[in-house]
Amino acid sequence: MARVWLFPANIDTDQIVPGRYAPYMTSEAELGKYPFIEYRPEFAKTVQPGDLIVAGSNFGCGSSREYAPRALVAVGIAAIIAPSFSRIFFRNALNLGLPLFECDLQGILSDGQQVTYDNTSYIITTSEGAVTSLPQPPAWLQETWAEGGIVQYYRRHGRLPVGANR
Amino acid sequence: MDTSMHHPSAGQTLSELILSHAAGQQVHAGDLVIVPVDRCMTHDSLTPEIIDALEKNLGVNRIYDPERVAVVMDHVAPAASVQTANAQVRTRRWVAQQGIRHFYDVGAGVCHQVLIEERLVLPGQVAIGSDSHATSYGAIGAFGTGMGTGDLALILASGRTWLRVPETIRVQVVGRFRKNVSPKDISLYLCGMLGLDGATYQAVEFHGVDWLSLDGREVLAGMSTEIGAKVGIVPPSGEIASRYNVPEWLRVQPGAHYVRTIEVDLNTLGSQVAVPPEVDHIAPASELGDVKVDQVFVGTCTNGRLEDLHILAELLKGHKLAAGVRLLVIPASHRILQAAAEDGTLSILLAAGATLGTPGCGPCIGRHMGVIGADEVCLSTANRNFRGRMGDPNARIYLASPEVAAATALRGSISDPANL
Ligand code: SF4
Repeated sequence: MARVWLFPANIDTDQIVPGRYAPYMTSEAELGKYPFIEYRPEFAKTVQPGDLIVAGSNFGCGSSREYAPRALVAVGIAAIIAPSFSRIFFRNALNLGLPLFECDLQGILSDGQQVTYDNTSYIITTSEGAVTSLPQPPAWLQETWAEGGIVQYYRRHGRLPVGANR
Repeated sequence: MDTSMHHPSAGQTLSELILSHAAGQQVHAGDLVIVPVDRCMTHDSLTPEIIDALEKNLGVNRIYDPERVAVVMDHVAPAASVQTANAQVRTRRWVAQQGIRHFYDVGAGVCHQVLIEERLVLPGQVAIGSDSHATSYGAIGAFGTGMGTGDLALILASGRTWLRVPETIRVQVVGRFRKNVSPKDISLYLCGMLGLDGATYQAVEFHGVDWLSLDGREVLAGMSTEIGAKVGIVPPSGEIASRYNVPEWLRVQPGAHYVRTIEVDLNTLGSQVAVPPEVDHIAPASELGDVKVDQVFVGTCTNGRLEDLHILAELLKGHKLAAGVRLLVIPASHRILQAAAEDGTLSILLAAGATLGTPGCGPCIGRHMGVIGADEVCLSTANRNFRGRMGDPNARIYLASPEVAAATALRGSISDPANL
């Protein structure tokens, strides 16, 4: 089972990981202790690998710090689902292999709800049996997520993942 | 670049057209595509970090194609400290080692201006810079946008990048400028109207400005960044069509889908001022009240071009700066400096009491050549007025057009040039 963590609109990277918990101030190995450390302290303590973040629009706005999505990767967030993401957060997440889905589930899933999330069919099923399909990502993107993001993919294959073209 | 490809279906925006052409298939807003990058630009401020990302994170020691890369020393140039000097030494060595021919050293000018002047970006191309104002390339009808160090390293390694095809906001300009109102006023007005994230993810297309010069188009395109836009494109008409080979497929299509249309009426638009500390705090210059200034700065990739220097000279000619005001003029490029020297513009500015700086970013990011101190007030023609951007966090930065800069330099407080 995965827990749903519900967040409002305009969550900025300072709320995800405040600047003073940056890896160069603490250490990369500790990054998983800090997501939402001030904004929502119970998050890092109880989050489990495979959990989902469901948020309002413009998730990840603010500074370009890449360690914000990196901290969410460190705790094993399976996907973030929001109507929109800030431009740089979106890029960083894809480069790091953190799956993002652009759709609005705020009125459909609630905070703390237990669901199952199938990361191959992109279907979320609640314990009552209600089924929600996330927008289907293109095949190259699925492949990229499986390899840990675009940077890792490039490192392994010496090329960008096969995109919409060639 | 292959410009012969035909896109049969009507109704694409300029961003969709450019990315479809680059991807080799028709793509639409919302699609993720991987496209070759025609031009990749990095500058002195981030190149060392990009080299690290390239070598350490990606394990790549040779870049994909040095011909497609341009490196410009502009952010802190000439070097202001041992640290910046050493970083520049490292960048120069790397440029030589990689065989990058398009290298522009100290004094050449602000990266975006240099790339456009050197024709290193062309209409219909995809150009990515390690700098948020790479949207400037939209002035000639290119898809220009800024990215961070990780993405730049991937581009240098692979020659490609991935992009989400943006939706487009259409800005419809009607009428012509009133006296002493200029493109910066359109941009500031849009900032006030849409807010700092009003166009996040999206493209902005500017219609109704076929008559606008390249210089003016650069203002509109570059300033699109301040409303969060990924790109700001002016259809390559008029001056652009006569100076460049605009590909046949790069034409505004009547059926294109815009998420929103905003009209800007130049018949009523007056001079605008961004009030610190946000670019979207906009007030008409006429309603600002009495704001005394210490420094007036005319320069940057937004308003440091020849047209801006001409406006400044025309309004300052035969006058002196108000007592207690410093006027700092930094041409956006060496070519602009040279042209302004040859046509007498510099003499007029110097006679009025202006101080000149080396072409480049100057004090725009508060690192050198005109940094401001606590409680000082600067009226700048740049694009950002965030707290601490130009120096002390307690300094205040107002943003406006070169016309407002001239009026302010003459009066000593922020003034509406309509009354000059
Ligand atoms: S002039 Fe200012 S905004 Fe333009 S590239 Fe330089 S630092 Fe950035």
